[in-house]
Amino acid sequence: MKSLGSIRRSFAPWADPASKPFISVKNVTKKFGDFTAVDDLSLNIYTREFFALLGASGCGKSTLLRMLAGFEQPTSGEIILDGQSLAGIPPYRRPVNMMFQSYALFPHMTVETNIAFGLKQDGMPKADIAERVGQMLKLVKLEKFAKRKPHQLSGGQRQRVALARSLAKRPKVLLLDEPLGALDKKLREETQFELMDLQQELGLTFVVVTHDQEEAMTMADRIAVMSHGKVVQVATPAEIYEAPNSRFVADFIGDVNIFDGTVFAAENGYLRIETGNGFPIRMASPEKPAIGAKAAAAIRPEKIRVSRQPPAHAPINAVEGEIWDIGYLGDMTVFHVRLKDGRVVKASSLNAVRAVEDPFGYDQQVWISFGEDAGVVLKD
Amino acid sequence: MGNWSRFNIASIVLGFGFLYLPIVLLVIFSFNESKLVTVWAGFSTKWYAQLWHNQALLDAAWVTIRVALISATCATVLGTLAALALVRYTRFRGRMLFSGMVYAPLVMPEVITGLSLLLLFVAIGLDRGFWTITLAHITFTMCFVAVVVQSRLLSFDQSIEEAALDLGATPVRTFFAITLPVIAPAVFSGWVLAFTLSLDDLVISSFTTGPGATTLPMKIYSQVRLGVTPEINAICTILIGIVAIGVVVASIVTKQREAQREKDERAAFAQ
Repeated sequence: MKSLGSIRRSFAPWADPASKPFISVKNVTKKFGDFTAVDDLSLNIYTREFFALLGASGCGKSTLLRMLAGFEQPTSGEIILDGQSLAGIPPYRRPVNMMFQSYALFPHMTVETNIAFGLKQDGMPKADIAERVGQMLKLVKLEKFAKRKPHQLSGGQRQRVALARSLAKRPKVLLLDEPLGALDKKLREETQFELMDLQQELGLTFVVVTHDQEEAMTMADRIAVMSHGKVVQVATPAEIYEAPNSRFVADFIGDVNIFDGTVFAAENGYLRIETGNGFPIRMASPEKPAIGAKAAAAIRPEKIRVSRQPPAHAPINAVEGEIWDIGYLGDMTVFHVRLKDGRVVKASSLNAVRAVEDPFGYDQQVWISFGEDAGVVLKD
Repeated sequence: MGNWSRFNIASIVLGFGFLYLPIVLLVIFSFNESKLVTVWAGFSTKWYAQLWHNQALLDAAWVTIRVALISATCATVLGTLAALALVRYTRFRGRMLFSGMVYAPLVMPEVITGLSLLLLFVAIGLDRGFWTITLAHITFTMCFVAVVVQSRLLSFDQSIEEAALDLGATPVRTFFAITLPVIAPAVFSGWVLAFTLSLDDLVISSFTTGPGATTLPMKIYSQVRLGVTPEINAICTILIGIVAIGVVVASIVTKQREAQREKDERAAFAQ
């Protein structure tokens, strides 16, 4: 059986109707004056899940996270954690901890006392605190820095202190607000995998807020794409990328070519969409809209082939054009192909070999083509 | 060190002369042997020794220090609370009016502040004396503390308070364990400012004083009206010394902390 993307682990409680969600957000709305930050939003998050809230700034993802932490109260609706309503419970009585975007380390305390702070609030015996702090320092590999103050640490080290501090109390849920936002690219990529390993090792539920789609795709079991206070799609990274449910998601995640047209024919699982200028598209679709309805085909650039000769299935899913721009990125090359009617199609190809015989050049006449299951049909 | 052109040197000499000549003269004449202030008759420290036998002056000094300690401490508490309210609760009604009113005493003529306080004390039938001076000093130094603490709070990363709450600290514990230690330097400078303002206030003290409560500036002022004595010069020199030492120590401490911080930061990025 075919499946979308790569399967990292057989973990999919959301697909099992018998499993109970660990965090349940039910019809939550949050208003600040006239502005609605979160709009009638419902979500389920499961135990041991790595869940990402992804969206542009101002989409309400941070507000949702702050409601989970208890810094904001929902205007209406409720949040249930492990069977218990969180309504009216202040942040200092919630079994969740948060890692802040700015790290929010206490500047007047050492690394050690920062990590011990939460444990002290619980009245844990001194010997136990020392032991736990030792474990945490080891976990984030900062044993040598226990006596330093935050301003004596580099950005990456501060990030790890913040992580250790938020994990020290062994919360049921760890909330992470743009956890890698302040790190440089290389360190960020390393840390993404470290965070994933840590989450697996500790068996915790992670809810991470990010605006970086790559970060969300890499780390999360499921992603909720948010826009204007609403969840647009909740799905695994592979589903979000390969089967976006709307134009917004298709456009927001990665690059995409969207061909608008009208439904011309529908037959056993395939739709024929007329996009004008003699370029008909035949695309697999589980749904069967009415003939003449508006529809669009969304196809990712890497699923479009560029060739000199027309493919056998031309003119269906194939059209002639001219190479307009070439972007060489190292691992792949991006072609912008201009069709006769002026539309520009993006196609990319992996540079699997170092040297190419007879490469494409500017202004060349080429054909672009794609398979019948290369993309999805969008209704909006 | 730039160019030592004649113009630059002249500017510096003129500027500093203008600022410090009167003070230098005062210090010099405090060591004058002669009782006549304007005639130099040789070096002596006898006026300093004589200070210790002037009970009235010592009493006034003691009153001044007590007023300054109590009023600076109360003003620091009130001023810090006012600053917190102004910075944190940005959305309450009448905030503009409230913040304007906190700062009004900064620009209000002291005579008016003093007079209005006097009227208040008379109206509510409070016996004027030590406590009315202290109350008046709290009133006018509080806004200076509020300004100093407020400017610190504006650059305060509020997420560290949220982090403390998140880790299980109640709001009260958060204030004492996190907020206060972080803003402590600003609170302390507010206190020092309030203390010095109270120490040298003359106008408001004169309005709100009563029998038996004479502060040092009031004492000096009343003695000067009878003629300047080298004794006055001596006590002024001591005051100048105290203030100068305070300022120098404070700036050295700040400099050293900054240098240490820079060193630490360099060390952090070196590895």
